[in-house]
Amino acid sequence: MPTFRRTYKPFVSPFDPCPPLRVRTYETPAQLFLGFQPENLKQFTLKEALKHGTLWPALYTPYTNPYETKK
Amino acid sequence: MWYYEKKLQYPVKVSICNPKLAKYLIEQYGGADGELAAALRYLNQRYTIPDKVIGLLNDIGTEEFAHLEMIATMVYKLTKDTTPEQLKAAGLGEHYVNHDKALFYENAGGVPFTATYIQAKGDPIADLYEDIAAEEKARATYQWIIDLSDDPFLNESLSFLREREIVHSQRFREAVEILKEERDKKKYF
Repeated sequence: MPTFRRTYKPFVSPFDPCPPLRVRTYETPAQLFLGFQPENLKQFTLKEALKHGTLWPALYTPYTNPYETKK
Repeated sequence: MWYYEKKLQYPVKVSICNPKLAKYLIEQYGGADGELAAALRYLNQRYTIPDKVIGLLNDIGTEEFAHLEMIATMVYKLTKDTTPEQLKAAGLGEHYVNHDKALFYENAGGVPFTATYIQAKGDPIADLYEDIAAEEKARATYQWIIDLSDDPFLNESLSFLREREIVHSQRFREAVEILKEERDKKKYF
């Protein structure tokens, strides 16, 4: 699956009071790239669709806490 | 009119008694980018938008009420058996004084809901762009709540709701494309 998480490196000052977070992340989910949805896209089974919140794998963009995965 | 189905759109399960999470979740109940604001915004815009996208606003606006009901269930479950002391410790002392455990349309900071959260410009493109922005903001809010939540069951429901924001954003983007298409067609008449 392609990754929908982008990163950037914010400026770090020697005078910052908190230990720096060197990498910041933001989400760029599927709807930014799909355009008008093409016909006959692949579908999840109904059970999977309910679990994921969408019928379309092309629109499924799950989220995880980036602060946890970074550890 | 509406038909009511007596079940939630997606099951809501809560694993830990954590009233603090209820305080965060209220943002999606009565906040500026919450489900109530979304439902009222879309259902209200239906009347002044080209026919081709009325149905979309109707469907999504209706679904937002189903989401509102899920959030309400989460808040209710998280606070149902709490003591006033627990609520106070969770930062909900002020809420308790005013409302006991009743739900109230307010944001996570306790600011009551206001109609000024909703725009209705009457310009189809302006309104649809606002809807897209609203979906992205609601998606982000779900992300930040998931970051703060340590309840795996609750996070499943929140992930479902977040994914619905993505699908709605996609559909509003398509609605804009439909309206652009209409304009092009007229040129050739």
